[in-house]
Amino acid sequence: MNQVDNPMVRFENVTKRYGSHTVLDKLDFEVAANEKVAIIGPSGSGKTTLLRMLMTLEEIDDGIIYVDGEPLTHMLDGDRLVPANRKHLSRVRAKIGMVFQHFNLFPHMSAVNNCIVAPLTVLGLSKDAAYERAAELLDMVGLGDKLDHYPGQLSGGQKQRVAIARALAMRPKIMLFDEVTSALDPELVGEVLKVIRKLGDAHDLTLLMVTHEMGFAKEFADRVCFFDQGKIAEQGTPEEIFSAPTNERTIQFLSAVLETG
Amino acid sequence: MQEKPIQHRLVIVGILSLMAGFAVVTYSSFREFLPELLRGALVTIQVTLGGAMVAVAAALIAAVFKMYGSLFGRWLAIFYIEVFRGTSALVQLFWMFFVLPYFGITLEPFTVGVLALGLNIGAYGAEVIRGAIQSIDKGQWEAATALNLSRMQTLRRIILPQAFVVMIPPWGNLFIELLKGTALVSMITLGDLAFKAQQLNQNTLRTVEIFSLVLIMYLCLAMIITSLMRALERRASRGLVRGRAS
Repeated sequence: MNQVDNPMVRFENVTKRYGSHTVLDKLDFEVAANEKVAIIGPSGSGKTTLLRMLMTLEEIDDGIIYVDGEPLTHMLDGDRLVPANRKHLSRVRAKIGMVFQHFNLFPHMSAVNNCIVAPLTVLGLSKDAAYERAAELLDMVGLGDKLDHYPGQLSGGQKQRVAIARALAMRPKIMLFDEVTSALDPELVGEVLKVIRKLGDAHDLTLLMVTHEMGFAKEFADRVCFFDQGKIAEQGTPEEIFSAPTNERTIQFLSAVLETG
Repeated sequence: MQEKPIQHRLVIVGILSLMAGFAVVTYSSFREFLPELLRGALVTIQVTLGGAMVAVAAALIAAVFKMYGSLFGRWLAIFYIEVFRGTSALVQLFWMFFVLPYFGITLEPFTVGVLALGLNIGAYGAEVIRGAIQSIDKGQWEAATALNLSRMQTLRRIILPQAFVVMIPPWGNLFIELLKGTALVSMITLGDLAFKAQQLNQNTLRTVEIFSLVLIMYLCLAMIITSLMRALERRASRGLVRGRAS
């Protein structure tokens, strides 16, 4: 489970500090292509930071991250690895899409324009092609009738589904979900999870999700990683983690979460 | 939002009736002075429009350089902003008109007026633009990065359109400042509204009529700017407001 032949994502000895606080501590972590990994753990354990570093929203202090066989945070200068420049980051980052806890939709654009702005400007797609793809994706997330709605006219669940469609429009190989249901009213969580489940059925997508939805993680993920204090304290299949956790902290965390949840 | 346009219209109606009343009372002087003053007003409008264009361009460039430029670019932007904010507009005007020729650069009075006043207002505008850009949620940048937009693409497509709405009211103030500032160009021989007023006053000594008329003309011009900016704000925030409404 730990060693994967051709990992889609590989963290090698990655450390991240904020001042004197170490958020991630010499982390080694791999995700296979098309694997669905749920990341759970107490807040402040470095889960979200892991996704943000992969999306290049945070710089790492030490170590290397590889994506799809090539370094993301570094690039080759001759045969030496040097910190990546903007161009390299942009090229490798193109394989990754991310959905945020607070949606971060562009409020001045309709749902469909949210989904076509990047394909138009970054991929250079024609307006018709981008629109067609966006409409298709919005239809897939169940918003085919809301193309011209602005974010402010949509519910939280609808906004998050637009955000998913927007990320997919860039055709990523890896999708990152950062607590995407945490900001939603409870009755809206289901519609978003349904869409993510649908994505899981598509076979060319690697999924990493930081989540507090234990039930969903249990039935959806191939692997569950429990993070604690900047390290993976325990990982395994959902059955192993949820039914027979061995780590002391995992047991504590799960009993606390499942009691209230 | 509903009441304001009505209040606004009332003020305009009030001023127009004041003007009309004034015109009736001083009909002869009104007829006598208005054509000349209108010619001056035209120059005032031209300098204001030209200055506004210079101001917006300079402000945008300075703001972007100050925030995202290289060390040299940032230094240049800060130098520009501090110099033009920290010295008198009149002195800037004089300097460009009377000192630049010593360095072999002689400019038309109109060009000097437009440049000096535009750059002066642009220095304030740069800070307005910077503030508006920084008021946009950091999540917007992050979402754009996740979609692989470059920094300039993000600025242009995502951040500036949202910041634009925020900065319209302060720009309205700056444009009015600019309009009033154009009176200074009368000091470098440009025949604007203030210049014509002084000229007429010297020739006729009918100070009350002339300067009252000029006062009202400036006020009307300022109100046109206010109305235009309001309309622009309504238009620009259409999507955002529709969003907030529900």
